[in-house]
Amino acid sequence: MIVDSYRFLPRSFRPFYEGRGPFPGEGYPVWAPFAKRLAGSRIALLTSAGIYLKGSQSTFDLDGERARPEWGDPTWRVIRSSTKPDEVGVAHLHINDDDLHTDPEVALPLRGLDELVSEGVVGSAAANHLSVMGYQDRRLEDWRRTTVPAIIDHLRTEQADGLVLAPA
Amino acid sequence: MPVLARWIEAAGIPTVVVTMMPAVAEERRAPRVVGVEFPFGHAFGMPGDRAMQRRVLELALRVLAGASAFGSRVDLDIEWPVPLREAYRSWQPKEPSPIVKKLLESRSRS
Repeated sequence: MIVDSYRFLPRSFRPFYEGRGPFPGEGYPVWAPFAKRLAGSRIALLTSAGIYLKGSQSTFDLDGERARPEWGDPTWRVIRSSTKPDEVGVAHLHINDDDLHTDPEVALPLRGLDELVSEGVVGSAAANHLSVMGYQDRRLEDWRRTTVPAIIDHLRTEQADGLVLAPA
Repeated sequence: MPVLARWIEAAGIPTVVVTMMPAVAEERRAPRVVGVEFPFGHAFGMPGDRAMQRRVLELALRVLAGASAFGSRVDLDIEWPVPLREAYRSWQPKEPSPIVKKLLESRSRS
């Protein structure tokens, strides 16, 4: 089966995505070989669904986006692997978040990854996973300068051998 | 998101992007891509459907750990179990996002 990349996208949005080619300056291949066995590896997850921890973290800045519609909050959140579903908040103005509240695993499968670890398929899960809000300024300058270096440091501290990213 | 994956990969950490728009992720030169024909906000599947979510995650991990070259893409063979019209409507935000609102306003002015 070949996935239809535009099946759920409003027709008027399609030209914003289709045939746009690489991001400026990002046309060349990048490749980090996955050297270990999966069963001996530590895996981290990253969602762009705007997930945050309601009790202990600030929400993504949606008022800022309402004031400046081309801008999106470029900050990031650490999500403990032990996070319970009822601790999860969602701040994302471009999707309906009902299902994310019902079952955050649809965007950030913490329990699913733990299950694969307990079965020995995956060596271990990172203690702390990652969350961003995916709607961003088109040039991605804040992500490039600030967020991504911090995320890379975090992944190194976590000794992650690989990262599964899931856009909202 | 594909660009984020590239920047992290360039720092030496292997990545896989699980996405509803795998053609776009390929165009944006993500190193490894798993395509899912699911509505936005549901990269790992239906709420409460552990078996479906597990299939997505397992495929993502297989591609992450097993792809042999840059630009690998594997699509998941699962049909979204909700009629298209209903699924299309239900993923969308309850009110238009600020940028959509702005575009609609500028169109109605012109």
